[in-house]
Amino acid sequence: MGIYSVIGKNLEEVKDSLYHGRSGIIFDPVRKGMGFRSALTGMVERPALKSVLDRRMRVGLPVQGEYAYMATMEALKTAGIDQSFLDKHEVGILYGNDSSAVPVVDSVNILRTKKDTMMIGSGYIFQSMNSTVSMNLSVIFKLKGINFTVSGACASGSHAIGIGYLMIRQGLQQMIICGGAQEINPESTASFDALNAFSVRESEPTRASRPFDRDRDGLVPSGGAATIILESYESAMKRGATIYGEVAGYGFSSNGEHISLPNVDGPARAMEMSLKQAGIGSEYIDYINAHATSTPAGDSNEAMAIDLLFGKTRPLVTSTKSMTGHEMWMGGASEIIYSVLMMNNSFIAPNINLENPDQDSARLNIATATVEKDFQIFLSNSFGFGGTNSSLIVKKYTP
Amino acid sequence: MQNEDIIKTINRLLVDEIEIDEEQIIPSAELKHDLGIDSLDFVDLFVIIENNFGLKMKAEEMAEVKTLQDFYNYIIQRVNPN
Repeated sequence: MGIYSVIGKNLEEVKDSLYHGRSGIIFDPVRKGMGFRSALTGMVERPALKSVLDRRMRVGLPVQGEYAYMATMEALKTAGIDQSFLDKHEVGILYGNDSSAVPVVDSVNILRTKKDTMMIGSGYIFQSMNSTVSMNLSVIFKLKGINFTVSGACASGSHAIGIGYLMIRQGLQQMIICGGAQEINPESTASFDALNAFSVRESEPTRASRPFDRDRDGLVPSGGAATIILESYESAMKRGATIYGEVAGYGFSSNGEHISLPNVDGPARAMEMSLKQAGIGSEYIDYINAHATSTPAGDSNEAMAIDLLFGKTRPLVTSTKSMTGHEMWMGGASEIIYSVLMMNNSFIAPNINLENPDQDSARLNIATATVEKDFQIFLSNSFGFGGTNSSLIVKKYTP
Repeated sequence: MQNEDIIKTINRLLVDEIEIDEEQIIPSAELKHDLGIDSLDFVDLFVIIENNFGLKMKAEEMAEVKTLQDFYNYIIQRVNPN
């Protein structure tokens, strides 16, 4: 596993932030100056790759690709995989990504100013496609297996892991680099800000993302990248690899309704399917990492869906978005890493800023402070525009 | 612009912008084989040359440009046609 996040630039830093309930949200004056309704955002510094990657590799890499490179380097290291392994084996990549706004804006600006496509240069085409992350990383790491990007809105990273899981289960691949990346910049979120979807609690950035709280007023956009090395059990055993967890089930569904308004039925069906795929009953789930982004409609519908399936057993629920903000295309992958870090370190990170539940969240068993707890199985939800839903179930590995 | 200054500017741009090692910059070096300038780098050279010399390179004219000396000659000829 590897992570480059607004709450830490590696697994150790992220684990510490999760444990202490630390927020990665800031007020960005640039956005205010540009005319944003909300200038709140998650923020992490851009990786310095000039001395790490040669020019050709950097020229086509947008900022979310840089985050993804950092996360993938850590993931390969913690998985005990070096370039010679990648050279000798058919390793694939399935990465979640659903935008690359800045290169599109910048290249079109050059064209409008210079009126000559030859002034755009060679990098923007590779930076601006949605498949930019899988495209670039597959070349940097010389990968020879499956190679494409999964675009499923805010469930992209989760679906990428789900599809990877299915491919490995089918025996088509032994190892796939899976993950999700999300650019952080005003250009990619301006049109989202236009939907009145973002919190305007600008005077208290770290208190703005408050999933399940009665007084939430919207989500806070964020970003970074998260990578997991998904591998068949046989391959991991053969290599003597450290196994962080086992993907046990993937469930998916589509709401079949509104483009942006969530419902209860779609998420409930995705969760049900993930349980069925994992071959377990709802009582086996110890912890749910909710999608809950801090929007009233989204949180309430998810709370109702969770209550529908888990109302009897009431597992602990939190939304790590209370700390990270909404990592969108990355979130489905990063939240698997956050939850695995908690599972392997016997704690559940707090759903910070939950002060007063509303009538739907009051029905859930939400941890508002860090809970020391050994647990074995968790479920992670990710939902997106268009009504796409993904639920993943991950088990602790016990030799 | 003096020919010598044109050559110095080209060398500086190759080092700073295309990140060619300074010690590789010798007139007899072949752009493709010795300096590793591929078709995508040429696209960037078009931009760099226009931004620094104010002239548009033409892809068809580059067919004859093999070595760094050829490239100097091509740019010199375009900057100082007489």
